[in-house]
Amino acid sequence: MLWVDKYAPKTLKDLDLNDNLTDRLKSLAYSEDLPHLLVYGPSGAGKKTRVSAVLHALYGNSARNVKLESRTFAATASRKVEFTLIVGPHHFELTPSDLGPNNDRIIIQELIKELAQSNQVTKSAHRFRVVVINEADTLSRDAQAALRRTMEKYTTSLRLVLVAQSTSNIIEPIKSRTLQIRVPAPDYESITRVLNRVAQEERISPVPLPEELLAKIFAQSGRNLRRALLSLEAAVSVLPGDQQIVVSNSTTVPPADWREVITEIAQMIIKVQSASQLLAIRGKYYDLIAHCIPPRIIIKTLLTELLTRVSSSKKPSIVTAAALYDHRIQIGNKSIFHLEAFTAKVMNVLEH
Amino acid sequence: MDARQIPWVEKYRPSKLDEVAAQGNTVEVLRKSLKLANLPHMLFYGPPGTGKTSTILALCKELFGPKLMKSRVLELNASDERGINVVRKSIKTFAQLTVSAATPEDKQNYPCPPFKVIILDEADSMTQDAQGALRRIMENYSEITRFCLVCNYVTRIIDPVTSRCSKFRFTSLDRNSALARLDYIRSNEGLMCEDGVLDLLLHAANGDLRKAITYLQSASMFHQGAAENGMEVDSTTVTMESVQEITGLVPESVIEGFLQLTESIDVDTIKRAVEDAVNDGWSATQILSQFHDTIIQNSLIGTNAKTEISLLLSRIDRCLTDGADEELTLLDLLVQCAEIRSKY
Repeated sequence: MLWVDKYAPKTLKDLDLNDNLTDRLKSLAYSEDLPHLLVYGPSGAGKKTRVSAVLHALYGNSARNVKLESRTFAATASRKVEFTLIVGPHHFELTPSDLGPNNDRIIIQELIKELAQSNQVTKSAHRFRVVVINEADTLSRDAQAALRRTMEKYTTSLRLVLVAQSTSNIIEPIKSRTLQIRVPAPDYESITRVLNRVAQEERISPVPLPEELLAKIFAQSGRNLRRALLSLEAAVSVLPGDQQIVVSNSTTVPPADWREVITEIAQMIIKVQSASQLLAIRGKYYDLIAHCIPPRIIIKTLLTELLTRVSSSKKPSIVTAAALYDHRIQIGNKSIFHLEAFTAKVMNVLEH
Repeated sequence: MDARQIPWVEKYRPSKLDEVAAQGNTVEVLRKSLKLANLPHMLFYGPPGTGKTSTILALCKELFGPKLMKSRVLELNASDERGINVVRKSIKTFAQLTVSAATPEDKQNYPCPPFKVIILDEADSMTQDAQGALRRIMENYSEITRFCLVCNYVTRIIDPVTSRCSKFRFTSLDRNSALARLDYIRSNEGLMCEDGVLDLLLHAANGDLRKAITYLQSASMFHQGAAENGMEVDSTTVTMESVQEITGLVPESVIEGFLQLTESIDVDTIKRAVEDAVNDGWSATQILSQFHDTIIQNSLIGTNAKTEISLLLSRIDRCLTDGADEELTLLDLLVQCAEIRSKY
């Protein structure tokens, strides 16, 4: 079991970051009524951990009793759609990206109606059931508009928990019908606290972990607790020792290999600005994409790498170019074009 | 359903015309028509949360009384299917119906004029075709049916329909009457608030009373729940902090910090600040709108710079709506803002 899963808090009592927020969630979960929730925050901040803890508080251990279910659904008379969702005794969990952008409206409406119109069979403390929608910011406008009415109509038997990275793409009427809960990413102290606790359990010495090692892990994690734990595990896994693992300030934290490739690309761009260089970089881009690194992550990481290496007078134009091509990747179709265009643009900026 | 679950917006919806907050002129005209027991076709328009729906519902209640209202008033809103078929069938059928008789008792207490009222809420979301189909229906059955269209944008209603209605414009609530209403609800619910909480609510809701009331209810729910579990939160006092969290407002200090950063072009510092803000979970659109408010009110920035920044803001908003990366887009915004400010 990965440490990330092994040490994930299971109940509201176990949550140890964001104490204010935990109090807030406790007060909601233990009162007899729960409003619709919109939980938002950056990835690795613990949104889902908190949602599952709330479900546990609502329904006890049976909330953990989930299975994956595959369903087919007639979108139109002639066309059938198949999708999978997680089903528990008292809740559904679905991810719109599994449903496809054109079907999510119909599927959500059908599912929610099905759930809302049948009452709870098994005994539970609450009359309502919960539908968790992950990545709610990727729901299409249509689907969100459809939720609007459903949320009001079925309030007696149904509560929605929307989980999203940001509220920017959620329409105003939904925001005003939900209680918004912000989950900020943990800061340095919180991450080190968790890392130290895990280190103690895993019998790594010395505890507390060396300052420099923590700093290295934190820098790589970008305030993402999941990534920090994975880094620590990766760093420790290459060290010898069965009973007691000893780490030091010089312990290397291996960076992800795709990051190294991007660093290389940044160096190449700065060294030579020519068409042939662009061709060489293109090969690397294809490599990254073939390894399933999302193009938008590439552009963001590349920007960070470039900014540490160029003179400050060039920085503004590079930032603007990055934002522009990121936008184009989002609305365009073929991301490699935009990655190349970005590279060419940066080369152009550097030359002048 | 236990009383706590009723949304306060519904619970405190005005049941009499006199209770409608502000909107002096409109209410005055309507009160006259109440005396005459006659109504024209009406078109209510204005920003959300200003009391359009409340006014027409209150008016109907005073005209017909609660019992008769069921058979005399048809209310349709955007969540109901309202294509051309519905206009042709349900609306037309209801418009054709003979007016039901009022009981002597009702007649004594209410004017009970001999017509029915069809309320089309959120009428700007009706298709052009559906509105077109309304034209003739409105005229044909005007003897026994009055229409009341409620919408945010009067320009989305086709001309032939607007020319058949008398128009009533609802203005944004002024601070005092909105505050008075919120305070009334607060005291009725036995809730205490820290100083400035109601002001903050109104500010966050941007003149939309409904939103402000919803926020107030969320805040009180949180505090009550906390108290029931024996936590050390005062159950009846709503604090500034919890309101700030519930409304999703970004603290002023963050926005001010951004503004200060744009005084010089220091990409690295800006990048760090943006990363922190995004990691703290603040939504970029919220930051954008508050940043806009701060820029516009700032007297230190010249008109030319403001103009250019406005263009920039519009582009950034577009990017965010298209789903561009929040961090990159915000970074772009601040860097460009700094460039513009350094030019002037």
